[in-house]
Amino acid sequence: MATEKPLNLKELSKKEVLLAPGHRMCSGCGAPIVVKMVLLASDYPVVVSNATGCLEVSTCISEYTSWKVPWIHNAFENAAATLSGVETMYRALKKQGKIDKEIKFIAFGGDGGTYDIGLQSLSGAMERWHDMLYICYDNGAYMNTGIQRSSATPKGADTTTCPAGDVIPGKLQKRKDITRIMAAHGIPYVAQASPSHWLDLMKKVRKAHEIKGPKFINIIAPCNRGWRSQTDDAILLSRLAVETCYWPLYEIEDGYKVTLNYKPKEKKPVEEFFKPQGRFKHLFSKENEQLLKEIQQDIDREWERLLRESGQ
Amino acid sequence: MAKVVAVTGNEAVANALRQVEPDVCAAYPITPQTDLMQRFSAFVSDGKVKTELILVESEHSAMSACVGAAAGGGRVVTATSSQGLALMWEILFIAAGMHLPIIMPVVNRALSAPLNIHGDHSDAMGARDSGWIQLWSENAQEAYDNTIQAFRIGEAPEVRLPVMVCMDGFIISHSIERVEYLEDEEVKKFVGEYRPVNPLLDVEHPVSYGPLILPDLYMEYKRLQHEIIWNRVKPVVLQVAEEFYKLSGRRYGLFEAYRLDDAEIAMVILNSAAGTAKDVVDDMRNRGIRAGLLKPRLFRPFPYEEVSQALRHLKAVAVLDRADSFGAYGPLFTEIASSLYPYKDRPVLINKIYGLGGRDFMPEDAEKVFLELQDIATTGKVKSIKQYITVRE
Repeated sequence: MATEKPLNLKELSKKEVLLAPGHRMCSGCGAPIVVKMVLLASDYPVVVSNATGCLEVSTCISEYTSWKVPWIHNAFENAAATLSGVETMYRALKKQGKIDKEIKFIAFGGDGGTYDIGLQSLSGAMERWHDMLYICYDNGAYMNTGIQRSSATPKGADTTTCPAGDVIPGKLQKRKDITRIMAAHGIPYVAQASPSHWLDLMKKVRKAHEIKGPKFINIIAPCNRGWRSQTDDAILLSRLAVETCYWPLYEIEDGYKVTLNYKPKEKKPVEEFFKPQGRFKHLFSKENEQLLKEIQQDIDREWERLLRESGQ
Repeated sequence: MAKVVAVTGNEAVANALRQVEPDVCAAYPITPQTDLMQRFSAFVSDGKVKTELILVESEHSAMSACVGAAAGGGRVVTATSSQGLALMWEILFIAAGMHLPIIMPVVNRALSAPLNIHGDHSDAMGARDSGWIQLWSENAQEAYDNTIQAFRIGEAPEVRLPVMVCMDGFIISHSIERVEYLEDEEVKKFVGEYRPVNPLLDVEHPVSYGPLILPDLYMEYKRLQHEIIWNRVKPVVLQVAEEFYKLSGRRYGLFEAYRLDDAEIAMVILNSAAGTAKDVVDDMRNRGIRAGLLKPRLFRPFPYEEVSQALRHLKAVAVLDRADSFGAYGPLFTEIASSLYPYKDRPVLINKIYGLGGRDFMPEDAEKVFLELQDIATTGKVKSIKQYITVRE
């Protein structure tokens, strides 16, 4: 085990940030915040695999790279399969005595590369029990290609391919519950986290690194371009997502042990999370009252389920 | 000391992989490759090789895992056929673009639709522009020999490219033939220790694989990729073949020229059907017809200059394609035509599409082609450039 420094700001501020500044992510983007937190939390050397997406195209543009750790981008749908290859080569070379270091393997994918096109590759890698941590930075649409709908897009959201129009009020379907789908693989560790709750997020990364086998953490990553929000609202919005129970912070271990990591003192209505975001503007009109109600009901139902399952 | 065995093509290639003992193998089952990977998996389960297997959930993931493993810094193999190769297509280009020397036996099979599991070359021909080196094999012995040589070719420091080793599905993969195996130590010595270049697993020296590249640099990168495969592969193939000859007594080149020097007419044909056609060449010679044959081995990079020198003097040449390019000439034909075009004196060329989806190619089919060529050589008249043969009318 690596010498674990306590997770406090004083210690963390002494560590090197492994994603160098100068990358071209939009100002106020949630994704690099998430990446920096994940890398800061790790005391082991890490190797990173990155699905095609905002994070990838903005952090390694030939002949520059922001990555101070070994990094590989293969394609859109195969960050998990690619990393499973790297991790297997690590085991092969370690077995032969060619490597002696303890290395941790992290994949980063957006929601498109995780929930949609990369789901098979991710599911396969989890089932094969590779010793890796897959991080989904979920901004709820294909932001890199111009805010198109994904299966992570929340119900009611306006995107460029499901625009809120005169007859269709944005996306009609619920988000796919990827966190529970991953838990259904029976893997040792699945969690949801938010950069607003940085200590919780970093503890989860550390915990994941100490568990052998496949791990998955879904992290909300606000995108001010796609969410039509203020550029300095990433942390505020991710906090509101947690406080409204739109994005509960929880863990599922071994497919069944549910732990709720945070219970808001007062559960806020989803409107508070939606209001600062232009993508939900149309939901506040008279004709979409019912839709907004349904969205709240979905959130309430899932929250009740989490409370029940975690014994709260 | 060579060992003579009676084995299938799949068995011979699986044995070559056992002898090489790659670090990682990622694969997904597809007919007719299945038997090859089953045999190799048994070597893993029985502790005969140190290889770590990744039994992925698709060929797309197989090639993706191979890319990750090869970037990691070790020797990597996979094997596939048909739809599997088609599914890998996206990642084939990435493997080549990243200069990762992954070795992949391709057990050639037709592409759907309609679904057909039997041998033809549509799969590998569909991947010819992916940047991979392609070696083609007539029989189990050649598939075995090519597999072993592929590691040396792909891993040569001046090359560093992935290699496909093609053999015909079922016709070769599932037929038992006489094969000479090299000793395990001979193979190990021949392929040597793997030399990693910029391994991802060297955490002390972090590297970034797979950047975004913009229009200001993309073309220079692609030109370099072309120049490497275009200029550097052929000498390595010949050098490796020379060393392999010393080891095994079996000679390989860029292609096989069979009774071509004094021929007037010839057939250009890949893989197993070349064996049948060579028999017919002998038959033609016995009948006083000066027939010959050219069997390409290295299809990518294509040795235009050498092929043209071997064919220029002929009167008429039939190029036989076991794959089609719908709405165009067959893929092998266009290469042969391109290689001969610069010469004023060149043979008349015709293109025959044969054997798709495992349709038999019989000696009488080859004979008909030679007789047509003889007619063309005499009259100079071509009825049609491209024609399907071995097909019901």
